[in-house]
Amino acid sequence: MTPAEETATPRELKLMSRSTYVKEAALKNLFLLCATMAVAGVVLIFLFVGWRGWPVFSEVGLARFLGGAEWLPTAGAFGILPLLVGSLVVTLGALALGAPLAIGAAVFLSEIAPPRVRSFVRPAVELLAGVPSVVYGFFGLLVIRPLVADVTGGLGFGPLTAWLILAIMIVPTIATLTEDALGSVPEGIREASYAMGATTWQTIWRVLLPAAKIGIIDAVILGMGRAIGETMAVLMVVGNAPVFFRGIGKPISTLTSQIVMDMPYASGVHRTALFGLAIILFLISMGLVALVRALSRFREETR
Amino acid sequence: MSEALDCPSPGVPSADGEVKITVRDLDFHYGDFHALTGISCDIKARSVTAFIGPSGCGKSTFLRCLNRMNDLIPGTRVDGTVLLDGQDVYGPGVDPVDLRRRVGMIFQQPNPFPMSIYDNVAYGPRLHGVKKRSELDDIVRMSLERANLWKEVKDILDRGGLTLSGGQQQRLCIARVLAVQPDVLLMDEPCSAIDPTSVQKIEDLMAELKSSVTIIIVTHNMQQAARVSDETAFFLQEQAGEPAILVEFGRTAEIFTSPKDKRTEDYITGRFG
Repeated sequence: MTPAEETATPRELKLMSRSTYVKEAALKNLFLLCATMAVAGVVLIFLFVGWRGWPVFSEVGLARFLGGAEWLPTAGAFGILPLLVGSLVVTLGALALGAPLAIGAAVFLSEIAPPRVRSFVRPAVELLAGVPSVVYGFFGLLVIRPLVADVTGGLGFGPLTAWLILAIMIVPTIATLTEDALGSVPEGIREASYAMGATTWQTIWRVLLPAAKIGIIDAVILGMGRAIGETMAVLMVVGNAPVFFRGIGKPISTLTSQIVMDMPYASGVHRTALFGLAIILFLISMGLVALVRALSRFREETR
Repeated sequence: MSEALDCPSPGVPSADGEVKITVRDLDFHYGDFHALTGISCDIKARSVTAFIGPSGCGKSTFLRCLNRMNDLIPGTRVDGTVLLDGQDVYGPGVDPVDLRRRVGMIFQQPNPFPMSIYDNVAYGPRLHGVKKRSELDDIVRMSLERANLWKEVKDILDRGGLTLSGGQQQRLCIARVLAVQPDVLLMDEPCSAIDPTSVQKIEDLMAELKSSVTIIIVTHNMQQAARVSDETAFFLQEQAGEPAILVEFGRTAEIFTSPKDKRTEDYITGRFG
């Protein structure tokens, strides 16, 4: 220290300027507003759907609505069981085909592909998410459906065609999230496994997939949410017959596609029943989100 | 797979000068970067050899050449010879996977798998095809005993390996490696991420293990090198961008009391690094 510095008096701290204060406060409130509007949107939709759909439970009756085996609006029958089964069949089948495909693609991208291959396969997978669903539907209608018709007979409208289309549609969701889950496995664990004399395959199968298990389950659940909520592509290929599943080549209908099919002409109780369908869809996706959150809490606890 | 159970002749003293690993004229490249040049040395069987030197001088890189862990990094190249018991580990057709079963490795950060303590230790034997529960039980117990961890974990074997303390995790990693009966144990700064009490335990463990296993340890801590090792190798990168060399290699006592090379002396007396 020089003598000059030793004798210098300490500088006083500046006060926050008025304009800084105003700007900070304005920004804080702006972000708060954004967050509030997002939440308000969800709450308003939920309230509106609930308000319009709730009467269905008294007008049709809870048991006849949820447990009824016939959806015949013209005859006053509003049983959603065939639609619920239809949605389940379509979703589970798409998951059975799409999830292994997506997880395999994620393992390839994360663990096997050389950087150059990865640099064009990954954007290609992500691009799948950007294709509008009506394009998938169109592709399904014109390309997949005739192929399915050759196998199953009939016109090819039905679950099998929907499975094939949806399986491709859920690949980006599941693959990118699975890749993230694999990427968050610490590098040290990979090294430890290789240093133990494990092969690449043994490392993937015995260490990495188990370590990323919960993240992968998350990915599959979100893929499921995507599949169950998908409307347009399914609508175009599934046949839209509100009856129970009778075979992979026979037309059925789903919760979402039925809403679109009936909305243009529905009135009175029928319209209320469609909002009832929306309530059911809402509850299903809320359940899936709750499941994902519960899983990630579980993951933090077991860490 | 019964040989996984046989202890590799514990207690047999090293015939003086019996060489486990021979390295001749080893050069190593990361892509365009020439990291190591002209490394030659003989690592004695059933002894502890310490690699010392300033940060970034290639000690760890050299260590990873010995079990071909660098093969996993794209764009690396090794020239020269590494012999394990006289056999060229980079020879044509040699399976790096099999090599790594004989040359185990411990890392700086303890890296147990996110599974139970038992499954961590049983991982290696299971890879080798050991399936019988009783056989696995024996291996797990014996390995944890050899790693001085058994007493602390024998009642919590089904608890996650990551629930242990850092020092315990590192001993779990040692037990996991010992379960596949390696002849050589490479330790890459095994104590730099754990607390002092645990360091003591791991150093004691090395003294016990060297009766049956050849140990090579990379360390930044010169007191540690002096305490645990029989022989010491000093690595140095003299100019940034130039490859590192092996400056001096010899009995630890001699390296630390009467180094032959001026650069070694400067380093251990703390003049640089």
